[in-house]
Amino acid sequence: MSNLVIEVKGLTKYFGKRCVVDNLALHVERGQIYGFLGPNGSGKTTTIRMLCGLLTPDAGQGQCLGYNILTQSDQIKRQVGYMTQKFTLYEDLTIHENLDFVARIYGMSRRRVRVSQSLEQLGLTERANQLAGSLSGGWKQRLALAACLLHEPQLLLLDEPTAGVDPKARRDFWEQIHQLSAQGITTLVSTHYMDEAERCHRLAYLAYGNLLVNGTVQEVIDHSGLTVWTVMGDNLWKLQAQLKSLPGLEQVVPFGNLLHLIGQDTDLLQASIAPLMTNSPYEWQLSKPTLEDVFISLMGHAQDHSL
Amino acid sequence: MIKFSLFRWWAIVIKEFIQMRRDRLSFGMMVGIPLMQLILFGFAINSDPKHLPTAVLIANHSVFSRTLTHALENSGYFQLVKIAQNEEEVNRLLALGQVQFVLTIPNDFARQLIRKEHPVLLLEADATDPAATSNALGTLNILIQNVFDRDLVGHLQHLRGKPPAVELRIHRKYNPDGITQYNVVPGLMGVILTMTMIMITALAMTREKERGTMENLLATPARPLEVMLGKIIPYILIGYIQITIILLVSRFFFQVPMLGSLKLLYGIAILFIAANLSVGITFSTLAKNQLQAVQMAFFFFLPSLLLSGFMFPFRGMPHWAQNIGEVLPLTHFLRLVRGILLKGNGWEDSVPEIIPIVIFMTVVILLGVLRYRKTLD
Repeated sequence: MSNLVIEVKGLTKYFGKRCVVDNLALHVERGQIYGFLGPNGSGKTTTIRMLCGLLTPDAGQGQCLGYNILTQSDQIKRQVGYMTQKFTLYEDLTIHENLDFVARIYGMSRRRVRVSQSLEQLGLTERANQLAGSLSGGWKQRLALAACLLHEPQLLLLDEPTAGVDPKARRDFWEQIHQLSAQGITTLVSTHYMDEAERCHRLAYLAYGNLLVNGTVQEVIDHSGLTVWTVMGDNLWKLQAQLKSLPGLEQVVPFGNLLHLIGQDTDLLQASIAPLMTNSPYEWQLSKPTLEDVFISLMGHAQDHSL
Repeated sequence: MIKFSLFRWWAIVIKEFIQMRRDRLSFGMMVGIPLMQLILFGFAINSDPKHLPTAVLIANHSVFSRTLTHALENSGYFQLVKIAQNEEEVNRLLALGQVQFVLTIPNDFARQLIRKEHPVLLLEADATDPAATSNALGTLNILIQNVFDRDLVGHLQHLRGKPPAVELRIHRKYNPDGITQYNVVPGLMGVILTMTMIMITALAMTREKERGTMENLLATPARPLEVMLGKIIPYILIGYIQITIILLVSRFFFQVPMLGSLKLLYGIAILFIAANLSVGITFSTLAKNQLQAVQMAFFFFLPSLLLSGFMFPFRGMPHWAQNIGEVLPLTHFLRLVRGILLKGNGWEDSVPEIIPIVIFMTVVILLGVLRYRKTLD
């Protein structure tokens, strides 16, 4: 088996006449944490569902864990842990019953031992008989992860696993993903959080079914070619009003006492803001774009085919 | 206190109308169910069944036997469908429910009549459903008073009048006392099974869809057949518990006779339960949410209740309604249960009613499997 856990190309999916995923190619190496980013409706969930056999691609081919994604989805399902966006364990079963159900579905040997180990790792042994529906958001997420790790999958497909989870729980969650990565388990995770994106080994940015960029965080930032000016000072809203529709200035983003001025064309941006910089009451500084700057810029350039 | 606001109230009204219009199926049901009820109650149901299939066993052909059979048909309640050859055939026709009545004209009938010996005419009725036979029997009692008057002319004229020239003996078979409960209580078994089995399975599957747990289930290696059968088993058990409760209550509370083999009944019940579960599962593949599933179940249950012969005599219905009734598994199960409990029917007598249930089930399962998707597409 090659070192590529996911290797697909030409992946395409239509919902009716609408193209949700368009000719997508994806390469994910063993042990990598691969971040999947993009605005809502960009095809992240659809791509993940196609990878684990929940949806049939309309076109495309490739392998996942060495199995053909078109014909061998049963084998893929056995070795993939899929965590849905919504909590989709049974709310009317207890924590223990949910884990036990999953263990039985995968036909695991030493079921009892592994379920109780999993409960112990979760720290939920005491509450094993509590209904899953009564757990808080953070705990539900931990339980869902434990459930999809139970059958020791080689690949984790996590669809916005941390939506609505508090920062501490999110940090613990990523801690665990990194530990799994160290053990050689591959993770494909979709997220909207930039801090989470920065924790991934590689990123892919999807918009309207198209893969716009992919690479490491640094590569993505470097390849963006964006110039960012940071302006510091009080009453920045006055400046903001003056900045409207200046050539070369694509985004003006306020961050508290800071203003990010972002543009693709360094010289044009420079020329546009030069008059404002002279005798300015603000502090001007050339800085590096953040991941968020890059993504928002990408989103602005991408054509919305989805409507 | 905040005053009632017309604006706020109107906002809610508008929203409700929009939502109602979006849910096409519910909207259709709101129109469809009253229409169906109007048609069924208005046209299909008739508590005074006529043209009931009747067989005759004529041991003595004469002008009197001809007069009698004509008179029966002219009354509107009896329709001669069969000339029976012997006593065995008579019993079989009644056990299978192919005829409602059998009239036996005995040997020597004409001679005894003329000799004023008041020969006995035997009318055997399948009285499992007293409502189906009572009017016909009442008519026959009146008819027999002067049916032969036209033939009793000349020197036979003195035979007219009272007491009538023949004695009519009516055997209400299977339910001699005409106890309605004997008919209704076993029938209820089929009705209760239909209602719960369809409703519960339709809900069980749509619930998974609605809560999103179906996505999780589909992402596991579980196969459709495993999921379907796995979901069915607990409900089959519930079905059997229901049957047992109804049988116990029938036996000890309503004293319903149980002539046939309960083993046979329990055995056949699995087919009926499976037929209903397959309907429920097929509905669940069509319904988008639990409300729709309930509505579909109701849409199936209503004709089952009205056209199966549970509430109203099957033979009282027009042919189109009988044809619909013949498709429904409840119709056949009712006949099976009544046949086994009240008539003591065995396996061979039951086969003709089992076949339609099996055909129904096969067709519905095929539909369900075609509709069931292993993916979310």
